[in-house]
Amino acid sequence: MLYFIIRRILQIIPVIIGVTLILFTLMYIIPEDPAKLILEKGATPEALQNLRGKMGIDKPVYVQYWRYIKKLAKGDLGTSYRYRRSVNSILADHYPNSIKLALAAIIIEIIIGIFAGIVSAVKKYSFWDMLVTVSTTIAVCVPVYWLGMMLQVSFGLKLGWLPMSGMGDGSIRYYILPAITLASVSTAFVARMTRSTMLEVLSNDYITTAYAKGLSTNMVIGKHALKNALIPVVTLIGMDLGALMGGAILTETVFNWPGVGRTIYLAILQRDAPVVIGGTIILVMIFVVMNLIVDIIYALLDPRIRYEKKEIQI
Amino acid sequence: MAETENNKILEVKNLRTYFYTDDGVVKAVDGVSFDLKKGETLGIVGETGCGKSVTALSILRLIPEPMGKIVEGEIIFDGKDLLKLGQKELQNFRGNRISMIFQDPMTSLNPVYTVGNQVMESLVVHRKLSKEEARRGSLKLLEMVGIPEPKRRFASYPHEFSGGMRQRVMIAMAIANSPSVLIADEPTTALDVTIQAQILELMDELKSKTNSSIIIITHDLGVVAKYANRVMVMYAGKPIEFSNVDNIFYKPMHPYTIGLMKSITRLDEKNRKKLKPIEGLPPSLIDLPKGCIFRIRCKYAINQCKKEYPPLVEIEKDHRVSCYRAKEFMDGILERFGN
Ligand SMILES: Nc1ncnc2c1ncn2[C@@H]1O[C@H](COP(=O)(O)OP(=O)(O)OP(=O)(O)O)[C@@H](O)[C@H]1O
Ligand SMILES: [Mg+2]
Repeated sequence: MLYFIIRRILQIIPVIIGVTLILFTLMYIIPEDPAKLILEKGATPEALQNLRGKMGIDKPVYVQYWRYIKKLAKGDLGTSYRYRRSVNSILADHYPNSIKLALAAIIIEIIIGIFAGIVSAVKKYSFWDMLVTVSTTIAVCVPVYWLGMMLQVSFGLKLGWLPMSGMGDGSIRYYILPAITLASVSTAFVARMTRSTMLEVLSNDYITTAYAKGLSTNMVIGKHALKNALIPVVTLIGMDLGALMGGAILTETVFNWPGVGRTIYLAILQRDAPVVIGGTIILVMIFVVMNLIVDIIYALLDPRIRYEKKEIQI
Repeated sequence: MAETENNKILEVKNLRTYFYTDDGVVKAVDGVSFDLKKGETLGIVGETGCGKSVTALSILRLIPEPMGKIVEGEIIFDGKDLLKLGQKELQNFRGNRISMIFQDPMTSLNPVYTVGNQVMESLVVHRKLSKEEARRGSLKLLEMVGIPEPKRRFASYPHEFSGGMRQRVMIAMAIANSPSVLIADEPTTALDVTIQAQILELMDELKSKTNSSIIIITHDLGVVAKYANRVMVMYAGKPIEFSNVDNIFYKPMHPYTIGLMKSITRLDEKNRKKLKPIEGLPPSLIDLPKGCIFRIRCKYAINQCKKEYPPLVEIEKDHRVSCYRAKEFMDGILERFGN
C-alpha cells in the first residue's frame, strides 16, 4: 500500500511538467507585453526594456521555462504582473475560501445525493423515485449561473433570509446559497449513480442470502447493499472534489466569492500569467492528490482491490 | 417441541407464485402442494425453468416484489401459515427455523465483508450474544463445516476461498441456529464433481446430527437416489409425481418421470446433470395450453389430456401422480421401460 502511494505521488511530477509546458506555451502565444501591463501607459521604451530584463521575459521562452521550473521546484510560483505580490501569497489568501466552499458543496452532495439515490432505488417507481428523477434532470439541465442568480433573487432579495453574495464574516449563512449552486449538478449525478448502482447491487445473490438469514430490510440495505453500492459513488465524489476546488469559477463569480476560481478568472481577463499558471498547478496537484485519496478509500471499501494491489506489490 | 400430526414439519398447500412481466404473467409455480416430514430429505427434480427455485424462494417469501407475487396458497410451518406473518415474525423464521443454501457460492456471499463477519451475523441476528460469544460460535461453525484453520480464515474475504469452501461457509451460516428445515437449491451444481460429494456428505451428516429436514433441489438424479427419502417431480410449475425414491425410480407412473428414468440408463456420469432427456422443449410458462401441459411431448397422450389438466391423485398409498393413464402403468397395461 505504501509503495502504491509513493508511486502515485511520484506520478505527479510528469503531470506538473506537462501542465506547465502547455500553459507556458499558451501564455507565450498571447501577444501581450507583461511589462506594459505593469507600467503606466506613458512609460518610456527604456523603462519597459529595463523591466523586461529584470523580469527575465526578454530571454527565449525555453530559458524562461527552465527558470520557472527551477523556482517551482523550490515552491515559488513567481510574482503577479498585476498585483506585484508573490503568487504564493495571493493563492494562499484565496485557496482556503474555495476549499471551504468545495467542502460545503461536497457535504451537500454526499448527504442529499446518496440519500436521494437510496430512497429512489429502494422505493423504485414510487412518488419519491419520480421526484428524484425529475429534480435531478432539472438540476443537470439548468445552467449554474442561472440557478445561482435565481437563488440570490428568491432567498436573498425577495425573502431576505440569506445573504446574496460575498463571504461576510464567514458564517454558515453565507455558504448556503453558493454551496447549493456549486453542488447542484454533482448532487444530481451522485443521486443517479447511487440509484443505479443500488438497483444493480440489490439484484445480487448475496442480497437474497442476507434476507434469507433473517435480516431486516434496513440491515440488508444499510449494511449489505450500501457498502457495495458506494464503491463507484466514492470515485465520483472524490473526482468531483478535485474538480470543485477549481471548477467553482462560475459560482464564485456569481456570488462574488473570494476564492481561487474567481481569482483565476480575473487573472485570465488581466493576462496575469503567473497567477493563471500557479493557480492551475495547485489545482492539478489537488486533483491528483484527491484521486489518490479516492483510490485509497476505494481499496478500503473493496477487499478485492486490496488483494490485487497486494499481488502487484510482490 | 409439539409435533404436528403425521410428523409433518412443513406443509405447502396449493402454492401459486406468478411473475408479472412485460410479456405476460409467468406462472412459475402453479398449484404446488407437498409436505416435509421430520428428519427426512425431500428431493425436488425437474427440467430447468420448471419452478423449483421459485418454490424454494416462496417458502421463505424471498420472491422479488413487485414483479413476483405469491398469489395463493398456504405454507404451514409449526402450525403457522408463513404467508400470513408480518415482516418481523417472518424475519424470526428466516435463517433461524428455516434456512436456505443457494446454487452459486461464488455470488451468494457478500464480497465486501469477511467470512467471519457474515457467519457471525447469522448468529447475532437471532440471538443476543456478546461479540466474543458470537466469535467463538462462528469459529465452531466453521470448524463443523470443515474449514481448515478457521481462526485464520475467519478474517478472510470470500474471494480468497474456493467455490467448495464458500459453499461450506454458506452451510455454516445456514445451520448457525440449528434450523428445523434446510432448503438447498442446487447446492453443488456450481462445484467440481469431487467437491460435490463432499458437500452433500457434509449436509447429510449435519442433518442426522441435528435431526433437521432437508429439501434438496437438483438436476442430478444420482443425488436424489442417494440422499432423498421422497421425491417431487415438477413440470411447468406443477408437481406431476410425488412419492418415495423407490417408487419414483422403479415404479414411475407419469410419462415424464418415466422418460427421466429411462434417460439415466442411457447417459453416462458426465451428462447425468443435464436433465433433458425427453424430446421437445419445456413449454413457456406464459399462456399455458388447456389440458395437460406435457401432452405435446407425451407419446401416451389421449383425447382427454387436451380437455382438462389431470389432477394430482393418490394412485396408491403415498404415491401421487397427475396423469390420466397412470393407472394403466400401475396395472401393467402400459409398458414403462419398453422399446
Ligand atoms: N424474477 C423473475 N422474473 C420473471 N420470471 C422469473 C423470475 N424468476 C423466475 N422466473 C421464471 O419462473 C420460472 C421458474 O424459474 P425457476 O428459477 O424456479 O426454475 P428452476 O426450476 O429453478 O430452474 P433451474 O433448474 O434452471 O434452476 C422460469 O420460467 C423463470 O423464467
Ligand atoms: Mg433454480
